[in-house]
Amino acid sequence: MLVGFLVNPYAGLGGAIGFKGTNEEAIERALSLGYDLIAPRRAVEFLANLRGVNLRFIAGAGLMGEYELGQAGLSSLIERVVGERKTRTTREDTLKAAREMAGYGVDVLVFVGGDGTLKDIYEATRGAIPVLGVPSGVKVYSGAFAYTPREAARILEAYASGQASLVEAEVLDVDEDLLRRDVLDLRVYGVVKTIGVEGLLQPSKGLSNAFDDEENKLAIARYLFENMEGDAYYILGPGTTVKALRHFVKGELSLLGVDVVYAGSVLLKDTWEKPILDILSGHVKAYIVVSPIGRQGFIFGRGNQQISPRVLRLVKKDNIIVVATRRKVRELEYLRVYTGDEEIDARLRGYYKVLVDYGVYEVKKAI
Amino acid sequence: MVELFRQAKWNEPLILEYPDKGLVGLNIQQVNPSIVEKVGGLKIPKGMVREKRINIPNLPEVVVVRHYTRLSQMSYGVDTGPVPLGSCTMKYNPRLAWDIAFDNRITALHPLQDERTVQGLLQMLFELQKWLANITGMDVCSLHPAAGAHGELAGVLTIRRYHELKGNLGLKREIVVPDSAHGTNPASASMAGFVTITVPTGEDGNVDFEALKSVVGDSTAGLMITNPSTLGLFEQRIIEIAELLHRYDALLYYDGANLNGIMGYARPGDMGFDIAHLNIHKTFSSPHGGGGPGAGVVCVKDRIVDEKRGVRLSDLVPGFIVVYDEETGLYKLREPGPYSVGLIKAFFGNVIPLVWAYVYIASLGPQGLRKAAEHAVMATNYFIKLVEGVKGLEIPFGRGRFRKHEVVLSASKLAEDTGVTAMDVAKGLLDAGFYAPTVYFPLIVKEALQVEFTEAETLENIERYAERLREISKIAYENPEVAKSWPSNTSVRLIDYVRGDHPKTLSPTWRVYVKRMRGELT
Repeated sequence: MLVGFLVNPYAGLGGAIGFKGTNEEAIERALSLGYDLIAPRRAVEFLANLRGVNLRFIAGAGLMGEYELGQAGLSSLIERVVGERKTRTTREDTLKAAREMAGYGVDVLVFVGGDGTLKDIYEATRGAIPVLGVPSGVKVYSGAFAYTPREAARILEAYASGQASLVEAEVLDVDEDLLRRDVLDLRVYGVVKTIGVEGLLQPSKGLSNAFDDEENKLAIARYLFENMEGDAYYILGPGTTVKALRHFVKGELSLLGVDVVYAGSVLLKDTWEKPILDILSGHVKAYIVVSPIGRQGFIFGRGNQQISPRVLRLVKKDNIIVVATRRKVRELEYLRVYTGDEEIDARLRGYYKVLVDYGVYEVKKAI
Repeated sequence: MVELFRQAKWNEPLILEYPDKGLVGLNIQQVNPSIVEKVGGLKIPKGMVREKRINIPNLPEVVVVRHYTRLSQMSYGVDTGPVPLGSCTMKYNPRLAWDIAFDNRITALHPLQDERTVQGLLQMLFELQKWLANITGMDVCSLHPAAGAHGELAGVLTIRRYHELKGNLGLKREIVVPDSAHGTNPASASMAGFVTITVPTGEDGNVDFEALKSVVGDSTAGLMITNPSTLGLFEQRIIEIAELLHRYDALLYYDGANLNGIMGYARPGDMGFDIAHLNIHKTFSSPHGGGGPGAGVVCVKDRIVDEKRGVRLSDLVPGFIVVYDEETGLYKLREPGPYSVGLIKAFFGNVIPLVWAYVYIASLGPQGLRKAAEHAVMATNYFIKLVEGVKGLEIPFGRGRFRKHEVVLSASKLAEDTGVTAMDVAKGLLDAGFYAPTVYFPLIVKEALQVEFTEAETLENIERYAERLREISKIAYENPEVAKSWPSNTSVRLIDYVRGDHPKTLSPTWRVYVKRMRGELT
């Protein structure tokens, strides 16, 4: 299997000195304080845990992958090096290397970095090739990351030996300036393909997992659509699970924004707080349909701020429909709400019936 | 003693792939011309005459016998070695039961035979109905369903009929199931047209009661629960749960798959259950049908459904029930009445495994059944003691609690430390001549290995099995590459799970296989 291996050597450095991300200023400061680079270490840890699989690499030049493969004793597996060797790499280098790797038709692009790195790779490749993140960033909210470098090695091994398949994950990033002021503004930038292992091995006494995530989303959307009330407004949060409704409703839905559906048709596409409040002020029957975002399971306050506390105040908790694929729901211990409004958060906590398949719910607690 | 395990490996084609050389196993002689003369030529209507040659293999008997013998040598079962397959209760097949069930006085019977000519069999089935009612604490049992999941379906359809007769079906749309349940529970509920709601399990191994309370209400039609659960733990709040469900006129359904852990000690009927199904082919020997079909009895409490019409829950169960007619002194089959779910298969039930169960119960007696449960529970807890401290293996949920019929180990730590997963551990067991445990189930345990020895397994084998687990852990930590390459002693080596499991690549039948080979399926 041909693997693109791209390290963002400076990823995660800002965290060491209390920054919420790693910009130029953070790099300078950290280096001047004598901090060592984090990502190369993570990269070597990942590589050292790979074993028994047949891999070939297209590596980023120098610190962007080539150096780490050498450290792990895997130089002989390098088929090609892309980019320039330099001591200080920038975002441009990531973009360029990712684009080249995509051009060489790698089976998967393994990168070492954080949400920012993933965002750059997404920008360069537009989701054309599957990616797998080895976590090293200050922020690691996206679902395309393994939890540890070692786990990333396991996932890649599983994929290479035919024990894992591709699933979709959101590309998330946070506004670092806002984060510095303790405001977590999580945005969904797009959707990439990544390697899913969870739930793949078929439990002999469990329900079949032989269908894939996409069929699962379709089944959820079908059930939602068939049970929609004709006189109610449906406020749809972002994400591919909710937006699988696009196969059923009339009109076009956004993937990453908030839309409103009424009587089976799209009323508002990619809307925001004000138009939603206008609808709700008419004392109409309304439902909110959301899917947990990212690895943390946020259903409100992250990635869907358009559904604001003011909106949530006007919709009963019973009218909140949470949807998630079986795979996703199995990965989550809890759902989370964090709208910034303590009163609303308190009201929204507790148990939810999460729609996970056609006519099938799983109870999850929101904390 | 070091036991080496090697499985036969034959390069055996499918029986349908054998080259057709026009050989036959049966030589039908020409009919004597004098007979033809007397009877006249055969007059088969044209539309009924086969025009093309029938597409079955033409093989001599000896080739067929060798084919299946080779397959059996490449296979593994209870008669080869231990099969501690969790939630399957793989007991030994007592040969006494076979002798009786395969007697031609039973096998030669026909379901349409006059009842007066099968009184002996009907008496056995009548007594079995009563024994099973007694064992479960229920009032009436129907032997009709053909398998465990079929019994579940029978039970859920009974719940549906109950609410239908009460005129509440429009409201009663939901069936609640714990997340440790067998996958067949939500599947049966879905098949019966219900929405299913899964509730989580708490750290203590019991159903999360707060979560349960949050979803049980007017729209709840019933709760399906296995007790002891698939974690091998007895649900400690079962009485409270029953009360909660009954408060909303929802019925409590008992999945009898794990009855072996409490048989003779506790009865679902006494815990507040309204309906119970039993896996005859688990608890009462004949594991997984023992080569034949299974049988899934469904039993109910005789509670009143509709006082005005005099309808009771026992009127709802599907299938024929054997009754005794005092007047004539004869056993008879009672047909399903107007309130019944009706028939969910042709004829009575799968009689052969029912006869096995009859023999099993009759030969053990009430004390013997209790002893069987006792030994099964002891086997589980002895095994737990043996594997305590094996590096990388843990027993999540209900820490410190005794297990009943089975235990679920998690290889999560092992997988994290070494990359050797529950699947690899299972293959390591296969390699040493054990059947693998049930893996990745229940879903709530990561890297799950579900082990159930039953009362039938010897202590020596339990010890060897535990020893092998210890060895596997050692190899995983010292030499994970070796562990990742298992199995090497079995007839089939590592397979590609994704391709083997995906509807687009797997071939469930010969016809699909042929079409796939011809490239007709994409």
